[in-house]
Amino acid sequence: MNWLTDLVKPGLKTTVKRGVSADIWEKCPGCGELLYEADLPQSLYVCGACGHHLRWGIDARLAHLLDAKSMKAVEVPEIADDPLGFRDRKKYKDRLKDARKGGVRDAFRVVRGAVEGHPLVVVALDFDFMAGSMSRAVGQAVVVAAQTALADKVPLLCITASGGARMQEGTLSLMQMARTTAAIVALKEAGLPYLTLLCDPTTGGVTASFAMQGDVHMAEPGALIGFAGPRVIEQTIRQTLPEGFQRAEYLLEHGMVDMVVPRKEQRDVLGRLLAVVVSGINRR
Amino acid sequence: MVQFLDFEKPLLDLQAKVEELRAAEASGADIAEKDIAGEIDRLEIRMARVARLLYRDLSPVQIMQVARHPERPQGADYVKALVEGFVPLAGDRRYGDDQAMLAGVGKWLGQTPCVVCAIDKGKTTAERIARNFGMPKPEGYRKAQRLMRMADRLGLPIVTLVDTPGAYPGVDAEERGQGQAIAESLDVLMQVKVPVVSVITGEGGSGGALALAAADRVLMLEHGIYSVISPEGCAAILWKEANKDTIHAAATALKLTAKDLLEHKVIDGIIDEPVGGAQRDAALAMKRVGKAVAAQLAEVAKANGGAEARRGRFLGIL
Repeated sequence: MNWLTDLVKPGLKTTVKRGVSADIWEKCPGCGELLYEADLPQSLYVCGACGHHLRWGIDARLAHLLDAKSMKAVEVPEIADDPLGFRDRKKYKDRLKDARKGGVRDAFRVVRGAVEGHPLVVVALDFDFMAGSMSRAVGQAVVVAAQTALADKVPLLCITASGGARMQEGTLSLMQMARTTAAIVALKEAGLPYLTLLCDPTTGGVTASFAMQGDVHMAEPGALIGFAGPRVIEQTIRQTLPEGFQRAEYLLEHGMVDMVVPRKEQRDVLGRLLAVVVSGINRR
Repeated sequence: MVQFLDFEKPLLDLQAKVEELRAAEASGADIAEKDIAGEIDRLEIRMARVARLLYRDLSPVQIMQVARHPERPQGADYVKALVEGFVPLAGDRRYGDDQAMLAGVGKWLGQTPCVVCAIDKGKTTAERIARNFGMPKPEGYRKAQRLMRMADRLGLPIVTLVDTPGAYPGVDAEERGQGQAIAESLDVLMQVKVPVVSVITGEGGSGGALALAAADRVLMLEHGIYSVISPEGCAAILWKEANKDTIHAAATALKLTAKDLLEHKVIDGIIDEPVGGAQRDAALAMKRVGKAVAAQLAEVAKANGGAEARRGRFLGIL
């Protein structure tokens, strides 16, 4: 025992013990390091030890990505809930009620804003709301975002994190893949840039529509991005999948994304991209 | 003779009786006091009546079974029966050729020159393996895109016939961008100016089906299904277990039948099947598909709405 252990060790012990039970520590899914919850916003939810990008709430992400005070919500008209009267072990209506306890209506945000001084419209999927699944409301948000960008003559950025279609809305959820495509095609035809930022996880019908239709696809390090989920594929081929399969770096290697960009660089990269891709809009 | 589904047991029993009588008749057994031919006729009339009754009120799970019936007419059957002078075209010009996606040019009912893309499940085991059980890979969707772009340039309408459990969920498909391939198919379909008519002939399995069915008009066979996820998959996720009861519940909750989808305006029309399903009279089923598609092609061509009308159709589905 010396002065250091005397002083620090007992303290650490109690902190760790209290910490785990009081939820002020989070274990890094990448390396197992215990990360101090209060430090996570500062580090943009990236593990200081291994660089693992933890899931990050959409509001904090938008606040970081967009210029200070530039963000303004775009109104998305409400649509009636539960078109099929769906019920599994629980009523879809009740699932929605639970999910809405946080004050969010569905799995999206649509905002006007600017990145490094370049105005744009952003539609972001909220993984914390029913796994970011694509409801009609989410489809509507993408459509409204594309139409707003078109009216404003600014680029559209889509930030994705989604488990895919919202099963509880059946084929009407599936139709959102075609709906959103219709709106994005119109945006592109008008000569406006469409960019996507693919976050963990982006799968199913979202991957197979607006996530993969960008002029530029940015992906976050380690993000799972694919059409079929890993469990479905494992069941199909009856084999364990290789390490790194369907991760952002794998997609880069296979030509499906343009770049893998760590969180702290995203603003800068996006700003530089926008500076170039919007130059054609004003000349038109 | 067609394979019987479990709920068709009454039909199977009647069929067995008919065969018994036929065998007796053929062996010339001395049961002459019985009118064997008359008895067979009566049984067959009864079979038709039982089939009509059984098929009048099928549950969603039963419809799913019919939609997946291995003896339903396949993509290749439709093309053979309905497209005169069909010339198949192969390859996506990027990677390979997907035999699950039968595509080419020909004349619909000998009258309308068009591009046809049809998913084919295959009939024999060898065919089914070669066609991956009707689950297209990215190269299949990219072949369809290539032909659709060509159709647009040449002013040829597009007919797609959809029958798939879904896009193939495998390592190689992911490696080559299954999600991107479907996304691009939707992109192409929202751009082409020529008429596009789709028919869900059996299974409309999620995004892998929509990739061909983002059309001006979407028709469905009476006993087809079109769903965001298979009832088995849905049961496994939302009910945590896929068994007979949960699959039945999922199939019902998903509203995947033609009738449900017409009500929600996901599809534009239902093509009636012969009594007892398309597998019992493939020729008649295909004939009806031929006529229905021809009528829709004419209507869409007349309306001349181009890609705008198609976008409007989908933007309107809420």
